[in-house]
Amino acid sequence: MTLGRGQPSEGGLPAPAPEPVDAADRTRVGVDEWVAEAEQRRAAQTGLSGMVVRVWERIPAPGRLAILIGPFAIFPFITSQGNLYRYGLITIIYALLALGLNIVVGFAGLLDLGYVAFFGVGAYLYGIMASGHSGHHLQAEIAIPIVVVSTGLLGLLLGLTSWRLLGDYLAIVTLFFLQAFVIFVNNANGGLNDFSYPFVGKVDLTGGANGLDQIDPFNLFGYHITTTKGYYFFTLISLILLMTMLYFVNGSRTGRAWRALREDPLAAEVMSVPVNRLKLLAFMFGAATAGFSGTIYGAVQSGAFPGDYDVGLLITIYAIVILGGLGSIGGVVIGALVVNGAPELLRSSANARFLFYGVLVLALLVAMKPWYKPVIVLLGTIAFGFAVHGIASAVWSRGTAGHIEGGGQFGRGLEHWVLLPRHTQSIAGWAYFALIVAALVLTMLHGWQRLLALIPTLYLASFVWENKLVEQVSGATRLILLGALLVVIMNVRPSGIFGTARVEIV
Amino acid sequence: MLLRLENVDTYYGQIHILQDVSLEVNDGELVCLLGGNASGKSTTLKTIIGIVRPRRGAVRFDGEEVNDRPPSYRIGRGMAIVPENRRLFAPMTVKENLEMGAYLHGGGAQEDFERVYSLFPLLYERRKQLAGTLSGGEQQMAAMGRALMSRPKLLLMDEPSMGLAPILVERNFEIIKEVHESGVAILVVEQNANVSLSIADRGYVLQTGRIVLSGAASSLIKDEDLRKAYLGR
Ligand SMILES: Nc1ncnc2c1ncn2[C@@H]1O[C@H](COP(=O)(O)OP(=O)(O)OP(=O)(O)O)[C@@H](O)[C@H]1O
Ligand SMILES: [Mg+2]
Repeated sequence: MTLGRGQPSEGGLPAPAPEPVDAADRTRVGVDEWVAEAEQRRAAQTGLSGMVVRVWERIPAPGRLAILIGPFAIFPFITSQGNLYRYGLITIIYALLALGLNIVVGFAGLLDLGYVAFFGVGAYLYGIMASGHSGHHLQAEIAIPIVVVSTGLLGLLLGLTSWRLLGDYLAIVTLFFLQAFVIFVNNANGGLNDFSYPFVGKVDLTGGANGLDQIDPFNLFGYHITTTKGYYFFTLISLILLMTMLYFVNGSRTGRAWRALREDPLAAEVMSVPVNRLKLLAFMFGAATAGFSGTIYGAVQSGAFPGDYDVGLLITIYAIVILGGLGSIGGVVIGALVVNGAPELLRSSANARFLFYGVLVLALLVAMKPWYKPVIVLLGTIAFGFAVHGIASAVWSRGTAGHIEGGGQFGRGLEHWVLLPRHTQSIAGWAYFALIVAALVLTMLHGWQRLLALIPTLYLASFVWENKLVEQVSGATRLILLGALLVVIMNVRPSGIFGTARVEIV
Repeated sequence: MLLRLENVDTYYGQIHILQDVSLEVNDGELVCLLGGNASGKSTTLKTIIGIVRPRRGAVRFDGEEVNDRPPSYRIGRGMAIVPENRRLFAPMTVKENLEMGAYLHGGGAQEDFERVYSLFPLLYERRKQLAGTLSGGEQQMAAMGRALMSRPKLLLMDEPSMGLAPILVERNFEIIKEVHESGVAILVVEQNANVSLSIADRGYVLQTGRIVLSGAASSLIKDEDLRKAYLGR
């Protein structure tokens, strides 16, 4: 059903021109490269990662769920730190939120950039129904269904735009919706600029820029959830239920139709799939999930603030979904862990150091084939470091005089390996510059030359890290490192960690 | 009369593509629609299945005017299509593709699968393979099987032999014949006039959106004008 093939008809009664006989050798019409290479890639997954993938694929679904969720379930029993606990809770809420986005973007392939507005609507709506700010104190078992239904309906309305708009156009319209939401909650405080509503006149709905505070904790059938632990388990159970439900939806006729819609809307339509209805359904499901997560978030924060539901959150949630793999249910959990967990872990320099060297080693192991090459490079770098350190300690004692703070065993080991000059400012700056040059040079070298050049470059990278980057670990470095981590992951698995959607690799 | 187009005019925006096209397909008939590139063959099929609506004229199916009905309705009434380029759902398995074909029937009853698998035993072997990894010929079978899953009375096929080697083209037409003999009416769009006319009952020739020739396949195959129609695009 595409337009003409751009192949002029042959003269005369078109007898087929001589063609290669082997049909399998011909370019495959309408075949996506990603799919065409699917089997090949699976076969190519040798070594450790291949084994992990194969074992994972064998495990039945409940087992996979248990593996993914298990750590979350025991987490509260092995930690006593309150803030970590809270961090786990936020991670689960994000996973829940990402699961809803995954329905819209991952299953149905609709680029919805207004998604987090529904998260906000959920929080505000719950706040309006149950908070000291509004003066109403509805029970959660009534408020939550109201929120879920009304965000679902709102999603349906926004989904109407997807009947005519797709791709970038849909993205822009939905993004506008998000902005409109943010502007609305910033102004709907009954102030001068606010609307006068029919029947009630001016009311303070959202508290404006100051936010809607004193949101009630959940009061479920008289049982009050007041502790972080309570919310943690409430959210975790919701997550498990939703994941289970989506697992069945994904295998159902509707799930298949969504995937078909994502791959080829026109072909889906001529298979009698009610394309428009399924789009609305996806929007509705997604919005309702977001609304539900929003109520939890509102109750946990005991407030709703306009800044919390902005483009920043949207990017985070998209990163989770894309990293975990569009269309993958389990991937969302992993995505939330990485995107939400990594920046937190990176706050401490010891953790950041582990991640830095870990990513370096992993990237080497993954990027270089066959296996012995990265091993040579690693061993070479280690030897190189000790050699440099040995020479330096003989001729330039100031260069090894520094110390690594709080690095533990590993850090003390590093002190004998990497140069740590006493006054690092200018040297580290130059080294940083040299590192960039070295990286550029590396891209021009090939084969053994690159292998050999890699050794001093890696050492230089460690030098820059220990002398410059690690000091700013709570600031810029954290982001650089996180970015590098994401780039590495997405390079190794372009369709996300568990992704099934095809990804155009140009 | 199963399908009947009456003086159909189809536009893409301002561009007038089909001009006063009338054609019909009887129950159980095999009709082929010939024409050069950009003559409007695919547009005719799109008009029949309902992806585009005609501006004038009527599409009647099984005695009912379906002009304003969406594709799903027409498929429910007994149409099915093998689209140009096949358009399988590449990252889904062969079986899932077949299930998509039977969407209206809740994903396909056992007997539907059996019918399709007995026509195309290869699809049974490959049922767990991703459709996108099939060879061109296998994809053609999968696309045909997918269309047959909805138990059609009329099967529309857009260039089923596109991209197939000569041996496969013949094999392909044998399969089309087999499907036809099982009682399904077929409207097939083809560039390959010789082969398609040899198995068809009747044929139409389109040229720049108009039907310029029609008649029994046996007489068309000898027609001098047909050569002209092709040469003149
Ligand atoms: N969606 C569209 N918008 C605008 N013009 C279109 C569209 N689809 C087709 N056309 C034009 O309509 C004309 C007929 O197209 P159609 O696809 O029906 O040709 P065809 O006979 O099937 O040709 P081919 O043998 O190459 O497949 C062409 O000139 C094409 O450019
Ligand atoms: Mg065509």
